[in-house]
Amino acid sequence: MTATPVTRRDFIKVSAIASGGLLIGFRLEGKTPSAPEAANFTPNAWVTVAPDGSITLTCHRNEMGQDVHTSLTMLLAEELHVDPRRVKVVQATVDPVYINAMLGGQITGGSTSVRDAWMPLRQAGAAARTMLVSAAAARWNAPVGDCRAENGFVLHGPHKASYGSLAAAAAKLPVPKDVPLKDAANFAVIGKNLPRLDGSDKARGRTVYGMDVKQPGMLYAALVPCPVIGGKVASFDGAAASKRPGVRAVVNIGEGVAVVANHFWTAHTAADAIPIQWDEGPAATLDTAGMFAKLDRARNNPAFVAKQAGDVSVPLATGGGAVEAEYTCQMLSHATLEPQNCTARVNSTGVDVWGSLQFPQGALGAAAAAAGVKPEQVRIHPQFLGGGFGRRLENDFVAQAVAIAKAVPGTPVQLIWTRPQDLQHDFYRPPSLHVMRGAVSNGRISALSSTLISPSITSRAFPAFVQKGNDPFMTEGLVNLTYDIPNIELRSIIEEVGIRVGYWRSVSHALNAFAIESFVDELALAAHQDPVAFRLAMLEKMPRQRAVLERAARMAGYTATPASGRGFGVASMECYETNVALVCEVSGSADAIKLERITACADCGFAVHPDQAIAQLQGGIVTGLIQALRSKITVKNGRVEQSNFHDFQLPRMNQVPPIQVELVQSGGKPGGIGEVGVPLAAPVVANAVFSLTGKRIRSTPLEDGGVRFV
Amino acid sequence: MATLHLNGKTVTVDAAPDTPLLWVLRDHLKMTGTKFGCGASLCGACTVHVDGVATRSCVTPLSALAGKRVTSIEGIATGRVGAAVQAAWDKHQVPQCGYCQSGQVMTATALLSKNPKPSDAQIVEAMQGNLCRCGTYGRIEAAVRDAALALEGKP
Repeated sequence: MTATPVTRRDFIKVSAIASGGLLIGFRLEGKTPSAPEAANFTPNAWVTVAPDGSITLTCHRNEMGQDVHTSLTMLLAEELHVDPRRVKVVQATVDPVYINAMLGGQITGGSTSVRDAWMPLRQAGAAARTMLVSAAAARWNAPVGDCRAENGFVLHGPHKASYGSLAAAAAKLPVPKDVPLKDAANFAVIGKNLPRLDGSDKARGRTVYGMDVKQPGMLYAALVPCPVIGGKVASFDGAAASKRPGVRAVVNIGEGVAVVANHFWTAHTAADAIPIQWDEGPAATLDTAGMFAKLDRARNNPAFVAKQAGDVSVPLATGGGAVEAEYTCQMLSHATLEPQNCTARVNSTGVDVWGSLQFPQGALGAAAAAAGVKPEQVRIHPQFLGGGFGRRLENDFVAQAVAIAKAVPGTPVQLIWTRPQDLQHDFYRPPSLHVMRGAVSNGRISALSSTLISPSITSRAFPAFVQKGNDPFMTEGLVNLTYDIPNIELRSIIEEVGIRVGYWRSVSHALNAFAIESFVDELALAAHQDPVAFRLAMLEKMPRQRAVLERAARMAGYTATPASGRGFGVASMECYETNVALVCEVSGSADAIKLERITACADCGFAVHPDQAIAQLQGGIVTGLIQALRSKITVKNGRVEQSNFHDFQLPRMNQVPPIQVELVQSGGKPGGIGEVGVPLAAPVVANAVFSLTGKRIRSTPLEDGGVRFV
Repeated sequence: MATLHLNGKTVTVDAAPDTPLLWVLRDHLKMTGTKFGCGASLCGACTVHVDGVATRSCVTPLSALAGKRVTSIEGIATGRVGAAVQAAWDKHQVPQCGYCQSGQVMTATALLSKNPKPSDAQIVEAMQGNLCRCGTYGRIEAAVRDAALALEGKP
């Protein structure tokens, strides 16, 4: 995701989009994020010090595995001078103060959480500490400069006061502005490794995810949605279902029929037996081949030019020996391991929503619209996410849960999707076509032209951000291309194909990187160059990128001339302000390729929590293998053909090779990490497959290209 | 009313006999550590032990559990092996989102209870039925290996 300036107006705009227009004029200014207890010290929206000494971080980003609860706590604790393990983390609700300045909404995504919080959370900690020190100095009648804060206490000569004992006095002081922050050289917490604050609970089944929410008197709902996305209920007979023991309501919410019951299994079995006739709508004729044919027909449509230099027309002239290739990527489902679910209660005071959310602000809009209430009447209670990957930026399941809960006023209802529903009612990663042309001279790329043709996610999700054919999320991986190429033209064409598409971890970086990093290898071949040396020669002006590529190649034992039955692939890019390079070693033959090892080196400038930055890169690479190996979503007669993990196969332990990651920290502020591992996985495996077999596969999943992975 | 032997205690449950154990645990007993992932024995998130054997609770009806001993993630730490596995999970900082980890811990504990010195291949063989969407496999493998060493007295 790309940085976007944020203003209060943007917040309102994004809320309006998420709610279908009902939130225009909505403001939360003046609302305090959490009503402070009388004696608590809450100098800002993040930190609370209670008289008993307990310290709470109200975490404004949602925890979906990417470590925000710990890494954001570390930012606060560094400047507050406390042990981060002493800090209790609670999840923030919706408030403009929590807007992600890089994205313009209260959103967890885009590998932005640490980058966005880097200054504000340290400032929050520093301001609170300064006030606690001032309160102590006043108590002891000592100069502020002679008092120091250490591990939850303020000290001066023989005096020692706990933060808790100073909370009430500190709360009466003005909040200082522009408190100086520590230099990186003095960090005691940031950049060190400590156990994840949520890790122990997660190994013991104690973490409460959206689906684990229990409310007094709560009922459960199962939904039978139209098998064609966008279709509606034409008629149904809920009589038999309503008579089943335990069933409390049968509800037509338009896009499906829901059963509300005392237990989920009761609701699920009753819902499955309801005869329903569908109005399948215009999407009923969709199929995958037709979608790609439509992308193909759009190749000469007007394009947005994301990056241009020199003039590609002469070196790429027809008949001039240019290399040409086309690349495609099949659709993917997010497949969060926790299926979509949401708990909602609609009563006379408004609506409560408990859920696994990446965009709680959007959930607020969706719930208000579904309930027909004012946004101020909606209370959002975000929970831990059993995976996000972009799926939970959408709030379709929130609207459904609220629509169902309206049928049983005052009673909380938990809607749970089954796995087939989850795979078949996703916002899919867009199908894509790349038309590539390139030329080489003197061992380098002299010209490169790339055209991405795909549906636009942002046109649906945040239409105001798409201007003049430019969906900024489609040009990721184009605008930030690192290679020094004298003649270049990188373009994107939006072409809708009739299926809803969504942000999937690393978004278009992965589509563009698969085409570009594979094609760069094709050009290396045309230039009779080794793929690593070929890239390094084009990175002379990009020392950080050059360094990670050199180091990854060294770590992997990369060689341009591997032994028979072995192959090496390489891929390199900058994304999310982080430089990354991957090397993949494979063995075997085309019908039984073994991934031996994947090696990664990333320079994220500065890693706040290095062990978990490494974990994110490792996990990101496994996510990239979903695209690379065999997973895809296909559509026939408007229906997604895959239904569970037997036909949408995620990588398993026996299919994932050892993944070795090293971080380079060249200094400065942190770069993004959460999505950085993803985009290069498919091209690095494709390039390794070529090295091993001589077979250039230009479509993902790669098994569609006639090879098999073991 | 059915009787269930769960985590060393006897509990009674008012659920239809065809109700999968997963939903008996989660909805009837409000024990939410066991997770719903696929409903078809394909992901392992719902893994429990039935008479010590790793079992997918999403496809195990209540009626099949008469006279059997069930252990869920909530009861696993009282055993020596379960505690060692969880300690190894902490040491290797395994979880990311964590949703699959109850099932991973249960499968790993069943493996080490039966085979205290598994080979690397046996670890992969035992664990490959448990999906981790976050991709923590490398750390899981290391943690299982480490738990085996710790149980052997070689931490």
